Amino acid sequence: MLEVLELAARRGDAVLFRRLGFRVEAGKMLVVTGPNGTGKTTLLRILAGLTLATAGRVLFRGEAVAPGSPKLRAECVFVGHLPALKDEFTAEENLSSLVELSGVRPTASQLRAVLSEVALDAQRALPARVLSQGQRRRIGLARLSLLRRPLWLLDEPATALDTTGLALLGQLIARQLAAGGAVVASTHQTLDLPPEHLEWLVLA
Amino acid sequence: MNVYQFSSPATFYPFAGWLAPWFAWSAALLAIAGLWIGFAVAPTDFQQGEAYRIIFIHVPTAWMSMFIYLVMGFWSVLALAFNTRLSAMMAQSLVPTGALMTFIALWTGALWGRPTWGTYWAWDARMTSELILLFLYFGVMALRNAIDDPRRADRACAVLTIVGAVNIPIIYFSVQWWNTLHQGASVSLTAAPRMASIMLIGMLVMAFAAWFYTIAVSLWRVQAIILERERSASWISALPGLAGALR
Amino acid sequence: MAGAGMSADVDSGAGVGAALRWSVERDLRLALRSRSELGVQLMFYVIVVTLFPLASTPERMLLATMGPGVLWVAALLASLLSLPRLFASDFADGTLEQIALSPFPMPALVFGKILAHWLTTGLPIVLLAPLLGIQYGLDGTALWIVTLSLLIGTPILSLLGAIGAALTLGVRGGGSLLALLILPLYVPILIFGAGSADAVRAGLSASANLSLLGAGLLIALVGAPLATAASVRIALD
Repeated sequence: MLEVLELAARRGDAVLFRRLGFRVEAGKMLVVTGPNGTGKTTLLRILAGLTLATAGRVLFRGEAVAPGSPKLRAECVFVGHLPALKDEFTAEENLSSLVELSGVRPTASQLRAVLSEVALDAQRALPARVLSQGQRRRIGLARLSLLRRPLWLLDEPATALDTTGLALLGQLIARQLAAGGAVVASTHQTLDLPPEHLEWLVLA
Repeated sequence: MNVYQFSSPATFYPFAGWLAPWFAWSAALLAIAGLWIGFAVAPTDFQQGEAYRIIFIHVPTAWMSMFIYLVMGFWSVLALAFNTRLSAMMAQSLVPTGALMTFIALWTGALWGRPTWGTYWAWDARMTSELILLFLYFGVMALRNAIDDPRRADRACAVLTIVGAVNIPIIYFSVQWWNTLHQGASVSLTAAPRMASIMLIGMLVMAFAAWFYTIAVSLWRVQAIILERERSASWISALPGLAGALR
Repeated sequence: MAGAGMSADVDSGAGVGAALRWSVERDLRLALRSRSELGVQLMFYVIVVTLFPLASTPERMLLATMGPGVLWVAALLASLLSLPRLFASDFADGTLEQIALSPFPMPALVFGKILAHWLTTGLPIVLLAPLLGIQYGLDGTALWIVTLSLLIGTPILSLLGAIGAALTLGVRGGGSLLALLILPLYVPILIFGAGSADAVRAGLSASANLSLLGAGLLIALVGAPLATAASVRIALD
């Protein structure tokens, strides 16, 4: 589904990586690991089209895509370090606003169902400023579940999640892979996923 | 010959180094000739006396101040459209010279205004536009200095330069408009005395001197920018005389 | 639930209206929930306008001469004060990343934000202008013309200012740098805006000034959202 050829990136003077190449097939998850500062976030941001690579190409379904091309934007979802939540909005308003930004209009019952799926029933009408880090992360997971996109790009999705949160993340990813989607995620935690679906990329 | 090969910093660096001295020497010779025409050959003006001779510096720098911004706009469009590093570097290399030309034009304008108009500063349309142009140059320089990542700075400055270039004619027109509405007893620059042809020749020679100076200086500056940005590249450490300096 | 073959629900051509609705509605709701900040910005405008007579003279003739210019300069300063907030919070919390990744056309989303910004900061200034103009002894026509010029001109301030706000996102010395970048570009708006009331006082028609201001608004409407969207992308890189 996603193929990367001869990719290179630098931050300021430092070369993060060069001549990087890999493929992610439908139904597979690519786990990007490596010490801090090796370019995991940069790689994900390049794939999402937020950051320009110094060299190389990204192919999506066999076609070269320019960074930020509308085709890629319509088919992938990116969850970064920043949760994109507004303190003034409730959990539900935040979720619905984010999902609408991706071009999907959820019904009230859909919103309710997905919020209870990520165990935020009680916090539904609370403003985001009183939510904990883990609860904020769960809104991001709810968004993944509502947006049916073939490609997920997740930057450290396990951060701040407790054990049930991690299990939830694992379930969501398993469902995405089973439905023929693909996932690229940078993470340090081990997720409970069948190893035959996983591929590893170690940046050094 | 493939023209595009010069868009790579590695091939452009030696080319710029070879080209710059030619322009520098031409600029020096033209400046000597132009100043000689301006100060020795051209006749004394019957209205303004000797003070008018400052136009041999004032007018060419004023021309260059606007021309340089347009050239920066051109390089900025290229930099954004094709994401070429060298175009952005060329634009960057022109900014200080552009600001310098604007400043000289304003300064000499004030010096000329004192004996001619009796005041250093008048809210004349051209002087006001020139002052705003100086602010635009300062804006590009300040934005460049505020951003650490050179690639981001390149693209941000390119956007700002293009927005400014679109605005310059509008600014000039608006100031002219404002000036005609408020025209009081002040003198007008447009009532300049008829110019003897030798004066025109002197001014053209000086304009070419300013132009070639700009080219030479910006080529040298581009070389410095390339060295700074590409200091980790292998071709730079292979340059004679630089291997030690860069470590 | 998720799966391959499920494509986007939006194609970018048809998305302009939906994109506008999304960002205008969202930003207006956010603004409503932090009303007090809007009040502070408006007070800034009122106080700046009030300071000028104290700094010069309360003489009626002079005040009527200065009036339109003061209202305009104060509008410029108020716009400058509010601009850093246009993108700052969305930049800090990651919303701007999601805006850049949305299938909606980004200039439309950005334009919606600018529109909401004008509705909450520019429009109140326009509505207050007649009241403050009376303080300066402006009479009927001049009062009406200066208000009209602000109505046409303040959207240009928001549109041009948005480019500067986007360029200075996450940059050292954001606020004062923004002033240096944007104020020179505001010059024509100031001249045509304040000039319209001057023309009326001089017994001329203000229509030329207002038409030029309107032409400026059209240019800004076309160009500024594109330049702002490009600048936001640069800031996110």
